[in-house]
Amino acid sequence: MTSAHTLVGTALATAVLLAMAVAVTPYGPFAAGATPPAAAVTIEEFAFVPGDLTIAPGTTVAWVNKDEAPHTIITDDKTVRSGALDTGDAFSHQFTTPGTYSYHCSLHPQMTGHIIVQ
Amino acid sequence: MSEPLANRRSVLRCMAWAGTGVLWTVAGGVPRSFAFSDRAGQIAAKDSGLTFVQISDSHIGFSKEANPDVAATLSLAIERINALDPQPAFILHTGDVTHLSKPSEFSTAADILKTLRAPVHVIPGEHDVIGDDDGSEFSARFPAAGRRGNGWYSFDAGGVHFTGLVNVLDFKAGGLGHLGDAQLEWLEDDLRGLSASTPIVVFAHMPLWNVYEPWGWGTDDSAQALAYLQRFGSVTVLNGHIHQVQQQVEGNTRFFTAMSTAYPQPAPGAAPTPGPLTVQPSRLREVIGLRDVQIEGRTGRLAVTDEPLARPA
Repeated sequence: MTSAHTLVGTALATAVLLAMAVAVTPYGPFAAGATPPAAAVTIEEFAFVPGDLTIAPGTTVAWVNKDEAPHTIITDDKTVRSGALDTGDAFSHQFTTPGTYSYHCSLHPQMTGHIIVQ
Repeated sequence: MSEPLANRRSVLRCMAWAGTGVLWTVAGGVPRSFAFSDRAGQIAAKDSGLTFVQISDSHIGFSKEANPDVAATLSLAIERINALDPQPAFILHTGDVTHLSKPSEFSTAADILKTLRAPVHVIPGEHDVIGDDDGSEFSARFPAAGRRGNGWYSFDAGGVHFTGLVNVLDFKAGGLGHLGDAQLEWLEDDLRGLSASTPIVVFAHMPLWNVYEPWGWGTDDSAQALAYLQRFGSVTVLNGHIHQVQQQVEGNTRFFTAMSTAYPQPAPGAAPTPGPLTVQPSRLREVIGLRDVQIEGRTGRLAVTDEPLARPA
């Protein structure tokens, strides 16, 4: 799982998400030089929405926490991890390698999700 | 033994957050209870054994509607503890000292906890080990004699064996709290030399019984720990995590979860999520608080009292 990820503070989160929403082309290949595809997962009511997200390789996924409680993103193999996301915080990660990435919240492990890269 | 019925009502009142203190006495595994206001009388009337206080879930760093000033309510709890006469031998903090494991939160928490007159023993909650996979950063912040493995430890006081367990590391997806094989092996070894008549107090952050699995309120491998504790005549398990008083009895083992010093959480299944429960600001102090525990020197009986920071008007 090679790629970059970033933790985005509260103030930037909305702007980043908006920018990504404009750029979303999650299923198609993207041309060299074009804006990389992006997709978003919302954390709300102690759940990842959508719980399962299918994306094309190279897509950057941004999670935004809309709960009053803090949450985290950690893949079950621990290779991708966000640190604490307080209300309004966002975390993004680019998935380059096809596969199914299972993840959960390290504070509330009953919260689970999958990123399917294909 | 004439009090139990009246005081069972007191327990129910407390669990309904009406703010009534309850004093539990465990005599050879048989619980008795008294009104909290009898505490002074209890101590005066009997040989005063060890007393200690449990606080939990101070969540320093939290600032949302449910409690915009968690430092103030922790300080108030400490004020109450510092006013106890006689002073407790020590305080157990059963985790979630901080909200997000930030260095600034740890510093603030440590500064506030330093105002306690009695020493404090701390065990981490999951909010204290974000990004701290082996608990080593937490253990460095709250050193304790004899910490082993990922921060578990035990000590003896007043003829009672105290065991602090760490069940907030290495959560599995979809899972509950977790002790792990290394800690379980240590626990078995830790208890081995003790006589079955030694009262045992186990303290940990997450409940060691299954309070409510859909919200992760339990510990997946606690059955093994409880098996090691089974031979003892009196086992008391003190937890935090769920920000409310709940209790359970299994054989000679009594389980208690404690109030938070910060904010309450809903009763199991009473809300869509276990997120912070916002009450009227004027009622907050009725649903957060501390726990006072007495151990009679003569009998080893444990009396557990949950005391909110304020009584209802």
